[in-house]
Amino acid sequence: MDFSAILPALPGLWDGMLLTLQLMVMGVLGGVILGTALAMLRLSHNKWLANAAATYVNYFRSIPLLLVITWFYFAVPFILRWITGEDTPIGAFSSCLVAFIMFEAAYFCEIVRAGIQAIAKGQMGAAQALGMNYPQSMRLIILPQAFRKMTPLLLQQSIILFQDTSLVYTVGLMDFLNASRSRGDIIGQSHEFLIFAGLVYFTVSFAASLLVKHLQRRLAV
Amino acid sequence: MISIDNVNKWYADFQVLTNCSTEVKKGEVVVVCGPSGSGKSTLIKCVNALEPFQQGDIVVDGTSVADSKTNLPKLRSRVGMVFQHFELFPHLSITENLTIAQIKVLGRSKAEATEKGLKLLERVGLQDHAHKHPGQLSGGQQQRVAIARALAMDPVVMLFDEPTSALDPEMVNEVLDVMVQLANEGMTMMCVTHEMGFARKVADRVIFMDAGQIVEDCPKEEFFGDVSARSERAQQFLAKILQH
Repeated sequence: MDFSAILPALPGLWDGMLLTLQLMVMGVLGGVILGTALAMLRLSHNKWLANAAATYVNYFRSIPLLLVITWFYFAVPFILRWITGEDTPIGAFSSCLVAFIMFEAAYFCEIVRAGIQAIAKGQMGAAQALGMNYPQSMRLIILPQAFRKMTPLLLQQSIILFQDTSLVYTVGLMDFLNASRSRGDIIGQSHEFLIFAGLVYFTVSFAASLLVKHLQRRLAV
Repeated sequence: MISIDNVNKWYADFQVLTNCSTEVKKGEVVVVCGPSGSGKSTLIKCVNALEPFQQGDIVVDGTSVADSKTNLPKLRSRVGMVFQHFELFPHLSITENLTIAQIKVLGRSKAEATEKGLKLLERVGLQDHAHKHPGQLSGGQQQRVAIARALAMDPVVMLFDEPTSALDPEMVNEVLDVMVQLANEGMTMMCVTHEMGFARKVADRVIFMDAGQIVEDCPKEEFFGDVSARSERAQQFLAKILQH
């Protein structure tokens, strides 16, 4: 084992890490926004909307992420060509990001829904008794409390996404894992580079989950 | 001010309110009492449409609750409500609790809303707690803030849904004092409560409910004066709560 080749490769690996983080942060943000919208639909009194959202969630929770990534990589350009009538290359990054957002939204939806349902029904009554309409009650009273309650779960899900971003190697994106692997392969030291990558993933994820636990204790008060 | 006309309400097949009719005039204080499960909380929540009902109508200050064209949020903004479990907004400071609906619903400026809120906070004797969060206050203090929050909307009528039932005994009086003061100032009030001392002191009328029906609806003097003239069910109830 010779780890000396890792040091000069660090700038390249850092580029990979940046892509990983970019995918994760944008995926989480988009996923939370879409997931919250889905949660609203699932809780809506309109049966059609609620069922449509439930179908979406159940569908995406029943298929592998890898399939979604591959599917979007091939399908999105095809659909765009069908709509616009011309070739619109959107690139692997965009298609992966869309896949992550759509996929994670299904999980975030369930977290947000549980968070909303955990807020006592009386809070909605109090908001409405003061003359707030439903959107105001949600936005000003229920959601702020719900998000506070579910922050640890949202972060936990983000850590999982941090690891799952490594699946983008299938469509040729140079994320952290792919960057490590390819660099190791080139100089015939793939073992060392993969061990190093594993350490980095472990350290980041473990530290983050410790932070979440700490946060959980603080928010519980 | 409030006129309740033949209201019927069902939860699926179970009828919770049966032919409820009564009236609360301007400036009147009406106490609603009865055993738990008798429908009194449900009835008072029908007044501001927090609970829907299937038959009958309730008219609040000229506005029909049952009319599908009625803007319910607007109606509710003119009806103050105080809940058993206070329902202050725990993520907001006391000041924000007092001002948020004034600003977002009535469109008052932040300065105007804050001035009004703090004035009412002083009135319930909690001006020193403005910057705190609800979790830092005792139950009695939270309920006084909740009353101030409702008053900040300049309601034409106040509804109280068992405002002292969730309080430690020693905190009941501080809340009742605020309510008595309010009643003496001429506020129109409908109160679901078991505090018969409060009813004796300020109520104009007492309504007794049982099994979803209004069994008694009479002036306070009559209700407490001659217990033997009351319905059997009301006598049983009074015997249980008045002997202490």
